[in-house]
Amino acid sequence: MSEGVLREVTLALPMAPQMELEASKTATAIAESIRMSPDRIDEVRMAVVEACINALEHSQAPDREVFVTFQVLGDIDPEKLRILVHDNGVGFSPEGREEPTMAGKLKAVRKRGWGLKIIQGLMDEVEIRSGAEGTTVVMSKMR
Amino acid sequence: MTESLNVTVDRREGLAVIYTEGYINNQGGEEIAKEAYKLLDEGYKALLLNLAGTKIVNSIGISILIEIIEKMLEIDGKLGFCCLTPTIEKTFHIMGLAQYAPIFPNEEAAAAEMRA
Repeated sequence: MSEGVLREVTLALPMAPQMELEASKTATAIAESIRMSPDRIDEVRMAVVEACINALEHSQAPDREVFVTFQVLGDIDPEKLRILVHDNGVGFSPEGREEPTMAGKLKAVRKRGWGLKIIQGLMDEVEIRSGAEGTTVVMSKMR
Repeated sequence: MTESLNVTVDRREGLAVIYTEGYINNQGGEEIAKEAYKLLDEGYKALLLNLAGTKIVNSIGISILIEIIEKMLEIDGKLGFCCLTPTIEKTFHIMGLAQYAPIFPNEEAAAAEMRA
């Protein structure tokens, strides 16, 4: 199965409150255009919100922007939606982070830190690229 | 664009139902927590969060719901959820939250179980 990029849209989001909802609206429109099922669209929306929040909150990007690229992949017909959420921030070590659990969080002062776990649970494929040039979360869902 | 959360409360015999309308983010979570802690101060030990009016949540909002769950466990109370979208329900299961706060398909089932 070939996976050429049939269509691509990129948003540049300023670091401002609720910008993640702008990305989620675009995700919905593009997923609807390839006739993804409503439940799967909802999962994509939520994953996009989480990836954007992580970037908006933690990246410390000097340009104060988050870039969200939506790619419709397929041979002739759309087969998959791939979303790349990129920031030019300080990066982090995905391997170094501890997997959150409810038992652990109930005892902890800090209850947050669920974003990546949620994204991984909702999307079909997730890859995190992070380094000195920033972080890109690449996530895909079949149509 | 901003989206806010409206919270309303129905006080019943032995159970208070909190209804949400809108996005549960940090501010939304704080609104829910404020109402929940007010109800605990009034003596309620069984709270039901009806999320029928909420189509999207984020993990910051959910982390505030975890604080409420922690508080309910401390006082030996009950917190339940009902009327979740499939994605919000799936997210709660991914997080393991459903092990500590039961999820019901509708308000009737939740009320019957939580008053028992």
